[in-house]
Amino acid sequence: MNMNLSESIFGRLNWEAIPYHEPILVATFAGVVLGGLAVLALLTKMRLWGPLWRDWICSIDHKKIGIMYMVLGIVMLLRGFADAIMMRMHQAVAFGANEGFLPPHHYDQVFTAHGVIMIFFVAMPLVTGLMNYLVPLQIGARDVAFPFLNNFSFWMTTGGAVLVMMSLFIGEFAKTGWLAYPPLSGLLASPDVGVDYYIWALQVAGVGTTLSGINLIATILKMRAPGMKLMNMPVFTWTALVTNVLIVATFPILGATLALLTGDRYLGTNFFTNDLGGNPMLYVNLIWIWGHPEVYILVLPVFGVFSEVVSTFSGKRLFGYASMVYATCVIGVLSYLVWLHHFFTMGSGASVNSFFGITTMIISIPTGAKIFNWLFTMYRGRIRFEVPMLWTVGFMVTFVIGGMTGVMLAVPAADFVLHNSLFLIAHFHNVIIGGVVFGIFAGINYWFPKAFGYKLDDFWGRVSFWFWLVGFWVAFTPLYVLGLMGVTRRMSHFDDPSLQIWFQIAAVGAGLVAIGIAAFLVQLVVSYLRREQLRDLTGDPWNARTLEWSTASPPPDYNFAFTPVVHDTDAWHDMKQRGARRPTGGFKPIHMPKNTAAGFVIAMLATAMGFALVWHMWLPAALAFAAMVIAAIVHTFNYDRDFHIPADEVTRSEDARTRALAAA
Amino acid sequence: MSSSSSTLTATGAAPVFYDNGDHHPEGSTLLGFWMYLMSDCLIFAVLFATFAVLGRSYAAGPSGADLFDLPLVAVNTGLLLFSSITYGFAMIAMQHGKVKHLLAWLAVTGLFGLGFLSIELFEFSHLIHEGAGPQRSAFLSSFFTLVGTHGLHVTFGILWLVTLMFQVRKLGLTFENKRRLVCLSMFWHFLDVVWIGVFTFVYLMGVL
Repeated sequence: MNMNLSESIFGRLNWEAIPYHEPILVATFAGVVLGGLAVLALLTKMRLWGPLWRDWICSIDHKKIGIMYMVLGIVMLLRGFADAIMMRMHQAVAFGANEGFLPPHHYDQVFTAHGVIMIFFVAMPLVTGLMNYLVPLQIGARDVAFPFLNNFSFWMTTGGAVLVMMSLFIGEFAKTGWLAYPPLSGLLASPDVGVDYYIWALQVAGVGTTLSGINLIATILKMRAPGMKLMNMPVFTWTALVTNVLIVATFPILGATLALLTGDRYLGTNFFTNDLGGNPMLYVNLIWIWGHPEVYILVLPVFGVFSEVVSTFSGKRLFGYASMVYATCVIGVLSYLVWLHHFFTMGSGASVNSFFGITTMIISIPTGAKIFNWLFTMYRGRIRFEVPMLWTVGFMVTFVIGGMTGVMLAVPAADFVLHNSLFLIAHFHNVIIGGVVFGIFAGINYWFPKAFGYKLDDFWGRVSFWFWLVGFWVAFTPLYVLGLMGVTRRMSHFDDPSLQIWFQIAAVGAGLVAIGIAAFLVQLVVSYLRREQLRDLTGDPWNARTLEWSTASPPPDYNFAFTPVVHDTDAWHDMKQRGARRPTGGFKPIHMPKNTAAGFVIAMLATAMGFALVWHMWLPAALAFAAMVIAAIVHTFNYDRDFHIPADEVTRSEDARTRALAAA
Repeated sequence: MSSSSSTLTATGAAPVFYDNGDHHPEGSTLLGFWMYLMSDCLIFAVLFATFAVLGRSYAAGPSGADLFDLPLVAVNTGLLLFSSITYGFAMIAMQHGKVKHLLAWLAVTGLFGLGFLSIELFEFSHLIHEGAGPQRSAFLSSFFTLVGTHGLHVTFGILWLVTLMFQVRKLGLTFENKRRLVCLSMFWHFLDVVWIGVFTFVYLMGVL
């Protein structure tokens, strides 16, 4: 052993890891540093470090954690979209003699990072953020079941995102595609740090996601307001329940699978190698046993969002509540029985492929039932086309088409032709953008007034919607066409000039989506500036139906001064109909959990350990691990975890609400 | 607002829409811990499935029949099963509020656990010295990972057990400490159940 001290500290990290020879990255790095410095300076100048630490970083309030998840998702959306538009621009020009502006090794990192970021660090935080914010409010609870764990989960997710972002400037990211199939992701084909960044980012974030899943299930099962039976829960809470069951039942599989790949890369095991008995197809099976339920983890909560939005803006009870619940559960179960459709071409034989093809097609039945439920809710409703409703209608049109191309891909014989083509790319963007992204924007526009006390600006919301909708179709219709012509995914250069026009159209579409994203950011700024005009004092600006609208906007720390008692589905609507009177006196002290720094500390240690392991810095990795275990044990010695909000403080904030309601 | 949710079913009376402040959700920790255990169970499910797929991929190397020392593994299994019984005695002591008995039985449980780990480590080092390390074949990769992951769980269980012994000594049988003892109890028995699977599918069926 001639491993010296500097090697055990720095591993394979050296100055070569900094990509100063890549102008795009240097410019980005400069931008990030300048922007970061500006933010730090601003925080210092406005003396916000204390409040930031006390009220946000250490906060165990589900509402603040929910907002932080949303911020994380939106920031990472900008990064993921930067990757997307680089790919679109590159492919629009990389024809014939023109090599484009991204060298192949860089292009491969860009498409991998795009996929990983959009799924794990955009869609997941945004969906988790909505669930975190809304589920306790919708069921009349004061927080989640395990508030500390909630804070820890958030910071683990953020730690994963930090690792992915670090790979941009220190070393490189994986060049394997977003699921890192071996043997390409094995040590022989990918000896660099890229796959290791991928592995540790997902491991760190995955722990957070699993724990947050457990947390929300326990919350929904144990903390509902008195009278709220399972079949009285708001549909969003139902979809959140099924989603979190899926999370708890799949993310451990992802973790274990990545751990096996880690073994192959770090310990020389032979799970997925080509020699000594390894079997790469085992990885592909395992990763998709997680991966297919994952798409339902993303889409089910936004089905819940659309259900709430459709019902509120049609002024009607949701059509077919029970069928909506059963459809959600059926989708949850079926999502486990279809994973093999991601690799029909593996050669499992006709009978296996038929089984998975048929189960895949069956999923379109409950999904179709949901679409009809939304349509029948709108039928003869008094529809208000506010921005959330626009996103919902845009979703219904877009998603149905994405679903139908999905059924095409479910036919094994057709899949043999379309597999790995741009048709597939168009299909899954069709359902993920048309479903998940549209749903998240509907949700943001719908619940923003609840979280901040004022509505979002209508005009910029509409601009954002139309640019997203049109931009999506201009960007992805050409990809359907190209896919049918046999063009495969992940190409960084093309020879056939007749294809170029389609890529140019797609690039225009990406530009339109960019305007849509910019309009959304403008919408946030404009709404903040016009917040006094957009202010909502009632707490119920849309005349909505579920319990989160029964409390103030933004809700007080304790959510409800008195826990609501539920008699019907759409509890708040029922309360309004029957003239429920909000109590204005007799408040009691409220028992609440205390903030703590432990979650942040442990999660950052886990992130540091991940970074150290990426670079084979064994000594720091061991230290970070030991520190993590010690910090966790120290935290268990803290028995002083809760306090009471005094009755007069509750009275003060409730009196303010009484005055606001009188003024409204 | 005088009565609580019990008036829900009363007919005729005006419905009550707000609880009078007596509503307290029941504790969720045990349910949450069960769900954690089931998620852990899925990790083992993946490792078992991997062993099922790769467990006969010897790559011209040694097989289970060549390597496994069944009497040693039987002793090891005995240690772990006994540790579950002694943990059960610890829980009985907890029910009776006997802190000293509780600590003693926890210590015995921890010693059984340490004995189990020692034998496992001895077995591992023996295999590696024979050239049958995890790098040798896919069979051995999946063997070491499955058995080793279980061993890691036992290690953390012992760490947790020692921590809890300190906490019980310091603060006595508080509500939190009792809850933690119940959680660790579930964890410990869960590891036993997993080990029965390992013993059967890996060792017994491996030498067939």
